[in-house]
Amino acid sequence: MIKYILKRLVMLIPVILVTSFLIFWAMSLTGGDPALQIAGDKATPEQVEQIREELGLNDPFLVRYAKYMAGMVTGDMGQSYVTKRDVFKTFMERLPNTLMLGGAAVLIAVLVSLPLGIYTAIHQNTWKDTAGMIFALFGTSMPNFWLGLMLIIIFSLTLGWLPSGGKTGFASLILPAVTVGFGLAALITRTTRSSMLDVLRQDYMTTARAKGCSEKRVIYTHGLKNALIPIITAIGLQMSLVITGSVLAETVFSWPGIGRLVYDSISKRDTPMVTGSIILCSVLMCIINLVVDLIYAFFDPRIKAQYSKKG
Amino acid sequence: MATETKATTKVKSRTLFQETWRRLIKNRGAIVGMVFLILLIAVAVLSPVLFDYETDIIGQNMAEALQPPNAAHWFGTDEYGRDLFARVLYGARYSLIIGVGAVMLGLIVGTILGSAAGFKGGITDSIIMRGIDIFYSIPNIMTAVVIVSLLGTSTVNLMIALAFSCASSFARIVRASVMTIRDQEYVESSYAMGLPTWKIIVKHILPNCLSPIIVQITLLIGTTIISASSLSFLGIGVPAPAPEWGALLSAGRGHIRDASYMCVIPGLAIMFTVLALNLLGDGLRDALDPKLKK
Repeated sequence: MIKYILKRLVMLIPVILVTSFLIFWAMSLTGGDPALQIAGDKATPEQVEQIREELGLNDPFLVRYAKYMAGMVTGDMGQSYVTKRDVFKTFMERLPNTLMLGGAAVLIAVLVSLPLGIYTAIHQNTWKDTAGMIFALFGTSMPNFWLGLMLIIIFSLTLGWLPSGGKTGFASLILPAVTVGFGLAALITRTTRSSMLDVLRQDYMTTARAKGCSEKRVIYTHGLKNALIPIITAIGLQMSLVITGSVLAETVFSWPGIGRLVYDSISKRDTPMVTGSIILCSVLMCIINLVVDLIYAFFDPRIKAQYSKKG
Repeated sequence: MATETKATTKVKSRTLFQETWRRLIKNRGAIVGMVFLILLIAVAVLSPVLFDYETDIIGQNMAEALQPPNAAHWFGTDEYGRDLFARVLYGARYSLIIGVGAVMLGLIVGTILGSAAGFKGGITDSIIMRGIDIFYSIPNIMTAVVIVSLLGTSTVNLMIALAFSCASSFARIVRASVMTIRDQEYVESSYAMGLPTWKIIVKHILPNCLSPIIVQITLLIGTTIISASSLSFLGIGVPAPAPEWGALLSAGRGHIRDASYMCVIPGLAIMFTVLALNLLGDGLRDALDPKLKK
């Protein structure tokens, strides 16, 4: 298993190299002349040239990319044009806030969608099932940043229960987490329902009932455990949605995470910050995908056995 | 007499389209979605006739700024006194054009990549699919940010940016379908008859993977409309003063305290459009593959 994890980590390297190359190439073509941007309008051509030389902008593209990646390994991804702060450090400072928001959103989504998905599957073709599916349909059709705005109008401006933005404690996490988690909950509810419906028709469920197991035990021990793999796959596939949702929710709620950082950097045309953040987000996504793969093994012994053979 | 019998038999048999349609119209949700979308397309087509872009859509009238919904302005007015009802209706054009345009562009690219990967297999398949896997590792919104930064903000560039993620979805679906069909006997006989590969793919393989593609088109148009509005909301989508729904929401955010209707209405327009597309997509999936419903 450890061998397998190491193998997967090594396989991440080409993915990260290709992704970062594409992003670095694309971003190097945008944003005009960085030296001119740093020097300002009043700088002389000599001053601009000096900055260009200092930043290594006169080097060929591949040399610049190689230097950038070498810097990334040591945690040096350049400086922001606007704040003059280290890109890697700024990203790492914001990362825990986004992970906190994403984690809370996934937690809310799982806590709502698993029971709802199971409930609708058990009560298939009744009004309870229809109501659950209507919730899921609305959840997948709603733009999450709009949901965020609606939550602010209701819970902050009208009722005054929760803060409308910033990071001021646990209360300020609730609305952004619900905003990101709602769409995710809708998707997981649909997957849980269909996965449970498949499992409920299996012969071993009838056998479990015939053995005299309680209905609760039949559903949760025999049913849910077998239905979990597609559900975890769905959650894993939606991690990109969590990151996207976080970018938007952080903008709506002024939450100091990566999304807000990317948004501010784009609006201020801070190319090193945008490039660095996007490359690091892709690395983060690769790591999350790896973690999801490892979680499969935890829930499904068959996959674990396969891993052991591979390792 | 013999001809009459033949004719009767013909009437009884249904084509795939007729059979799908028969099942689709039994689905109430799909009908609601379809009617809503027909109305929305009519609005999008007719809005340049109903409204003058220069005066009704982007023309400013500061005397009537920030009026809440009333008899004269059903959806109220924005901070420049522009009628929100006219802007929301006109905005349907942008959302539909971007949604349909990006998905169609993605469909063309994805189908070419997916069929090449599925049909050729081997190294071609590995290169294309690893490329798509790498692409999948970047969150969609980040890819769109990079592409829009590269090409500049415009409706067409936004469409291209969003088409990338659609292309990867289609490539996966088409590849999977092609792989299941490529070993069928009728494909082998086409080969034996000397048909070129591209002709076999276009004439014999693609028509047999239409069902999942049609369903995916419907569902992806909805997702793309949400993504487009998200990018406009972030200020990197359709440039102002065009009344794209995401841009309307972004403008409304500044007035969330004094004119919250500016935030509510464009969002409802997005939600109902995507809801209609999802209802139709789900209905089409059940109609094209009744086994799934059971």
